[in-house]
Amino acid sequence: MIALKINGKSHKVDAEPDIPLLWVLRDLLGMNGTKFGCGVALCGACTVHLDGIPRRSCVTPVSAAVGHAITTIEAIGTTDAGKRVQKAWLDLDVVQCGYCQSGQIMAAAALLAKIPAPTDTDIDQAMAGNICRCGTYPRIREAIKLAARKTTTAGKGG
Amino acid sequence: MGPVSRRQLLFAGAATGGGFLIGWRREAGPRVLAAADKAMPAAFAPNAFIRIGRDGRVTLIICQVEMGQGTYTSMSMLLAEELEVGLDQVQVEHAPPNDNLYANKFLGDQETGASSSVRAFDEPLRRAGATARTMLVTAAAQTWKVDQASCQARRGVVTHTPTGRKLTYGVLADRAAKLPVPTQVTLRDPKDFKLIGTPAKRLDTAGKVNGSTQFGIDVQLPGMKIATVAASPVVGGKLVSVDDSKAKAIKGVRQIVVLDDAVAVVADHMWAAKQGLQALDIRWDDGPNGTISTADVVQGLAAAAQTPGVVVRNEGDAAAAVGGAPRKIESVYEVPFLAHAAMEPINCTVHVRPDHCEVWTGTQVLTRAHRGAAKAAGLPVEKVTIHNHYLGGGFGRRLEFDYVTQAVLIGQKVDGPVKVIWSREEDIRHDVYRPYYYDRMSAGLNAEGQPTAWTHRIVGPAILARYAPPAFKDGIDPDGVDGAAQLLYEIPAIRIEFVRHEEPVLNTGFWRGVGVTHNNFVIESFIDELAAAAKQDPVAYRRALLGKSPRAQAVLDVAAKAAGWGRPLPAGWGRGVSVLYSFWNSYLAQVAEVEVSKAGEIRVHRIVCAVDCGTVVNPDTVKAQVEGGIIFGISGALWGEVTLEKGRVQQSNFKDVRVLRINETPAIEVHLVRNLEAPGGMGEPPTAVTAASLANAVFAATGKRIRRLPLERQLRPV
Repeated sequence: MIALKINGKSHKVDAEPDIPLLWVLRDLLGMNGTKFGCGVALCGACTVHLDGIPRRSCVTPVSAAVGHAITTIEAIGTTDAGKRVQKAWLDLDVVQCGYCQSGQIMAAAALLAKIPAPTDTDIDQAMAGNICRCGTYPRIREAIKLAARKTTTAGKGG
Repeated sequence: MGPVSRRQLLFAGAATGGGFLIGWRREAGPRVLAAADKAMPAAFAPNAFIRIGRDGRVTLIICQVEMGQGTYTSMSMLLAEELEVGLDQVQVEHAPPNDNLYANKFLGDQETGASSSVRAFDEPLRRAGATARTMLVTAAAQTWKVDQASCQARRGVVTHTPTGRKLTYGVLADRAAKLPVPTQVTLRDPKDFKLIGTPAKRLDTAGKVNGSTQFGIDVQLPGMKIATVAASPVVGGKLVSVDDSKAKAIKGVRQIVVLDDAVAVVADHMWAAKQGLQALDIRWDDGPNGTISTADVVQGLAAAAQTPGVVVRNEGDAAAAVGGAPRKIESVYEVPFLAHAAMEPINCTVHVRPDHCEVWTGTQVLTRAHRGAAKAAGLPVEKVTIHNHYLGGGFGRRLEFDYVTQAVLIGQKVDGPVKVIWSREEDIRHDVYRPYYYDRMSAGLNAEGQPTAWTHRIVGPAILARYAPPAFKDGIDPDGVDGAAQLLYEIPAIRIEFVRHEEPVLNTGFWRGVGVTHNNFVIESFIDELAAAAKQDPVAYRRALLGKSPRAQAVLDVAAKAAGWGRPLPAGWGRGVSVLYSFWNSYLAQVAEVEVSKAGEIRVHRIVCAVDCGTVVNPDTVKAQVEGGIIFGISGALWGEVTLEKGRVQQSNFKDVRVLRINETPAIEVHLVRNLEAPGGMGEPPTAVTAASLANAVFAATGKRIRRLPLERQLRPV
């Protein structure tokens, strides 16, 4: 049995150590918010956080997640950055089909947690690994900036 | 009250089932039910689109599938406008398969494609809303014994204006259900629209930002297994043998299912299924396509292009006019096979029993998929239940149901439910591709450089001959010639021909814009060639030929002005323009600004797009479709191609299916030209108008005219 801490809760799964975290989440634990897109870390749809750092769960063996705090889209709204990102996504109607957005939001939340006021270059670097075929990139960029502005305001006590 | 006919009972839904609903609580925002949820009985269901419960719950039944284009929201706006409810008061539910109730008038069945949802359902949905509202107002007037004209509906409440008495739709539902359905209702004058034309918030966003939205791939059933598939790498190939001994030894692998042209590994989870598939030793008989490469396909098309085609449009004697013109220009254009690469890989879940088959998937064609599942299962459609879900992208791929058929065939051999998921590689290599098209162009110019004749011969398959045979008339595929046949430029002699040429080495079908995406690249590149030959400005040249198309001229003016057409650019940069009109009945003009490096890399810096799509339902959705459609178009134009070697698709995943990423995305400006003309399509036109503006910008930047997509391949051949 492998012990995992996901979204603050302890889980035990009966799995081989090499199974990617993606399939543990989706097929063994029924947590379907994290998406399968390419299977080889090229599209970012499967992004989760390990100790707050974005990881492609499709190429992360479950053994590498043991002992780390795993956060998925289902709980990102409980973090400050995640909550602001989700709100900005709603405010700007970012989504279209929505399939890649779990990964986009996880990547954006990690970016904001690390860099409160990201530049366009910061956004490019943090988000270039996440593909969106509907083409929501312009709104993703604006929403990240909007979410960042909310931090700044909060920081000023506003 | 007169007797209620059986028909009225059927459509008014009377109180059968009653409005008895428990457990529903009011929530602040709109709700979108999981598409698979069963319809709840309602007190008042005057038509196939609206149900109102005694508790006031308003459910809108949407027959068009939501794949990102915002149709759940725009369809709801059309209903809510006339029904007099707020979008915050409704919930949306996906319609069951039923062509009688939900056929799209342009496509003949319950189908979401061809950018047709608003065009097809504008009037029917508004009528459905107005019918229900009229009945509710009548019910209120009868309750109060007052003149109907003295009552007004607003946000789900009918008010008797003189006395201020009020009754909610929920309270009125039972009485309204007993009224005959009026055959004539008055629709609101477009100038009085309160909701239509406003930037309403999408109804499907909440679940898409917290991971709770259920796509087809997210279906979970008790005892469900996961399967993944390897189909014959060559179209038409057959399985010869498979050694599954190593696969069966992998922990979690439960079963190997063998079909005529595919092998599936059924397992406890996707990882075991994938490993099992890799461990199989499969031998295929490639069949007749096993030696074909892209060059063979092009050769076949080029040969067909030497033969005359069926005449699509003929004005004057274009051939003679080209021959006799002081200047003659001839060009050949080619566009490659393209894969869709929607973010949600192809998948379908089935539970096949001897007497019943249940299917869960995401499809643009619910009734076709339903019938396809029945056929594969060998059951009547009544014995097949199909549940539609949110689509993680459609782009035309999910207008096909090959994956439903395959899943049912696999499911027949599996005890219990099974979710069949294609790997990304399988998704790319077994797509139903945008066809390879080959176009021959010629034009004659007079001494002033104006075109006096235009000929266009389109060579490619007739997708509609397979997909919708009645639409394939007189040898013309209306989709294959779309956008070319409607050429707006005033030219004295025009001849447009279609040569049907099938290359069955790959399955081909619809890809966001299909015919227009190809034709617009060709005609807007070629008119640019003519302008260059005439040494005239590309915008002015087009404008002079659009005298009879004021809406086209208007969008061209808006785009050129907003883009700063004519302003100087740095060396290596160029600006290109394109104009689009087609069956979609929308007018677009686009200006692209690109930079081409010495190594031949194209950087798109800015796109300005002006759009006149007539009546706009949700301007923010239109804007989103333009932004996203352009990005889809840039990926296709710069890099998109599927190539063949020995009958096998050479691309497999996002490493060789390159698509635009956020760091490569240009600034995109959308300018809506608003009017109250009939609504035009918006899902595909922005994609279709993009390739030509980019190719023309590359020409402006480099002097190199690219007549074969993708663009970058021509600038830096690999």
